[in-house]
Amino acid sequence: MSHDAPAHGSHDNYLTHKRGLWSWLYTLDHKRIGLLYLFTILSAFLVGGIAALMVRTELWKPGKVFLDPDGFNQAFTYHGSIMVFMVILPLIPSALGNLILPMQVGAKDVAFPKLNLLSYYVFLFGVILAVATLFTSGIDTGWTFYAPYSIRTSTATIMVVTGAFFMGFAAILTALNFITTVHKLRAPGLTFGRLPLFVWCIYATNIIQMLATPVIALTLMLLVFERLMGIGIFDAKLGGDPVLFQHFFWFYSHPAVYIMILPAMGIINEVIPVFSRKNVFSYWGMAGAVFGIAVVSFIVWGHHMFVSGQSETANFVFSLLTMFVAVPTGIKIFNWVATMYQGSIRLTTPMLYAMAFIFVFLVGGLTGVFLATVSINVHLTDTYFVVAHFHYTMVGGAIMAFMAGLHYWFPKFSGRMYAEFPAKISWFLIFLGFNVTFFPQFILGMQGMPRRYYSYPERFTNLNQISTVGSYLIALGFVLALFYLIYGLLWGKKAPDNPWGAETLEWKTSSPPPHENFIREPVVTHGPYEYQI
Amino acid sequence: MSETRTEGVRHFAHHFKSAFHEFDACKVGMWLFLLQEVLFFAPLFVGYAVYRALYPEAWHEASHLLDWKLGALNTVVLICSSFTMAMGVHAAQTGRKNKIVLNLGLTILLACCFLVVKYFEYSHKVHVGLLPAGMFTYEGLQHAKSPLFFSLYFMMTGLHGLHVLIGIAVLGWIWSRARRGDFGPDYYTPVELTGLYWHFVDLVWIYLFPLLYLVG
Ligand SMILES: [Cu+2]
Repeated sequence: MSHDAPAHGSHDNYLTHKRGLWSWLYTLDHKRIGLLYLFTILSAFLVGGIAALMVRTELWKPGKVFLDPDGFNQAFTYHGSIMVFMVILPLIPSALGNLILPMQVGAKDVAFPKLNLLSYYVFLFGVILAVATLFTSGIDTGWTFYAPYSIRTSTATIMVVTGAFFMGFAAILTALNFITTVHKLRAPGLTFGRLPLFVWCIYATNIIQMLATPVIALTLMLLVFERLMGIGIFDAKLGGDPVLFQHFFWFYSHPAVYIMILPAMGIINEVIPVFSRKNVFSYWGMAGAVFGIAVVSFIVWGHHMFVSGQSETANFVFSLLTMFVAVPTGIKIFNWVATMYQGSIRLTTPMLYAMAFIFVFLVGGLTGVFLATVSINVHLTDTYFVVAHFHYTMVGGAIMAFMAGLHYWFPKFSGRMYAEFPAKISWFLIFLGFNVTFFPQFILGMQGMPRRYYSYPERFTNLNQISTVGSYLIALGFVLALFYLIYGLLWGKKAPDNPWGAETLEWKTSSPPPHENFIREPVVTHGPYEYQI
Repeated sequence: MSETRTEGVRHFAHHFKSAFHEFDACKVGMWLFLLQEVLFFAPLFVGYAVYRALYPEAWHEASHLLDWKLGALNTVVLICSSFTMAMGVHAAQTGRKNKIVLNLGLTILLACCFLVVKYFEYSHKVHVGLLPAGMFTYEGLQHAKSPLFFSLYFMMTGLHGLHVLIGIAVLGWIWSRARRGDFGPDYYTPVELTGLYWHFVDLVWIYLFPLLYLVG
């Protein structure tokens, strides 16, 4: 590969290309749009995190700690809706995807830069609409908006649901943009077999977004009309069927789990080879597994509805299909481990997060197989076991991988290094806190503590308190991360172009990259993980 | 008609290699957009299928209350508009400015006709109380689930009508650009993309018409 060695300091980069607030708000540069997403999403993460701490604090002991029952319902609803719709879903595809994907395919920008900016503002509008309800009557439906409660409750369902509609619309437009970019704007020599696996993962995610998100968008609109004029499609009182809402909801929301997890796997796919100095164990195994997961994700939604009254046959089929998901997922986990095997591993912060991801995701995945079994599921439905399971997959998965990616690409998009030592302490706090928070919840669930309950019997107190302490550890870890990352952003030492010795294209340009990403168009001659050392 | 030949404005964004490269990418984008549109309509069609399978008598009874003649008229109107749209795209490809303007204008006109007919249908139903289930006041239907049919009728035709409205707005915009002579053999991407969209809107109606008006 050719090496452009731009002179540091004097070099014009995307951060200094144009100046002023307006140049950021009206930017068409995918990297700046990525940073806008990052800023917006992390702000939402803060709000959702505070809501989580409120929930955990209220559960410190049975009965009232500081919230009344309605306040508690609202706290977990905001926590769930914000974290799902405004944080985990867009976090990696929209923020890191925008920052990195066009560079990884060697393009100057995404295919439709104006559409990209529009998507951001549509997303922002949705966020504002949904968060604004904090100042009205709030919302207490849980993030699933199940009918008929969501039709009857007096809280601001319409606003939140419309907000989610706009966020979904933004995700669809971004997906459309990325798919076109991958197809039409790859650098010369960058065949599909040489694409970085992050690109494969985002691409598969985009396909799910294109096919699943429109369904939830329309379903949420029907919910709005249900409230406005009583169309009755989901309302048994008017002749409709609330279970139909559940079907539509999960037809989207199960694949949505993979919208959260596939990009996460994409990051792990980048980080593990780089810090093991080894080519991935099986490139096509990885890429194939991603598409295996994407396809299967569309035919398993019924596993959320084992107790909703669907037929025995449906339960059996959905249970079986759900277990199939474990196959491609297993392939990926073996693949990562095999990639690390006999590699020369460097335990940098991204690598630590990647390894934490594998551990946490393995626990989440295995408990998923438990839950896929109908007989166990009936016992565990709506208990803390489910809460622990999806936090292990969604949070453990998406957030650990996001942190891996954030640290991995931090030198690239900021042009500076973060400090390794506090980063490792923060990693330790987050990883430890995560397990301390959620592992006891598996036990609580097995013992029968239902989710979303305001109070609980005395005997659950100890485990709840351990869990609450864990949540504070996580919070501490993130606060620390906020500080050293901001420090790194402003005063960190200057980053070289390729601090990790990676082979993918984003490292073949300067840090931070110029406005059009590359001075000269890159030409690709080998695979993304073929290291010389 | 006097022939004004235009070549179109040859320009393309900085991150593409050629005008054709950009055109190609835009077409991929549009097809993807239409793909998600199919999924956007899907829940309504699924809802329709489920309730029709469960309550066939209700569907039979309710769909008789729709005027199939007006539905058929609108079908003809939309098919004609798809034809004029296709002629418009062809005129853009061959650079005949007056023909582009004429055909796009006709398409807009036909789209408006469609909405006018729809308006008369809607206002009649509102008048007699054939409304979504929660507001249904019409008396004279036997089956308890018949109001659901009208819920789906309004949601499906309403969403389709919204697409027609958006289509008119977009057509109006490219019509005014066509009058400026923006389009010709070298550049007709917006005409082509709008054409694809418009055919899709037409196609949705081709499904809606028999499902709603003719099932009885
Ligand atoms: Cu699921």
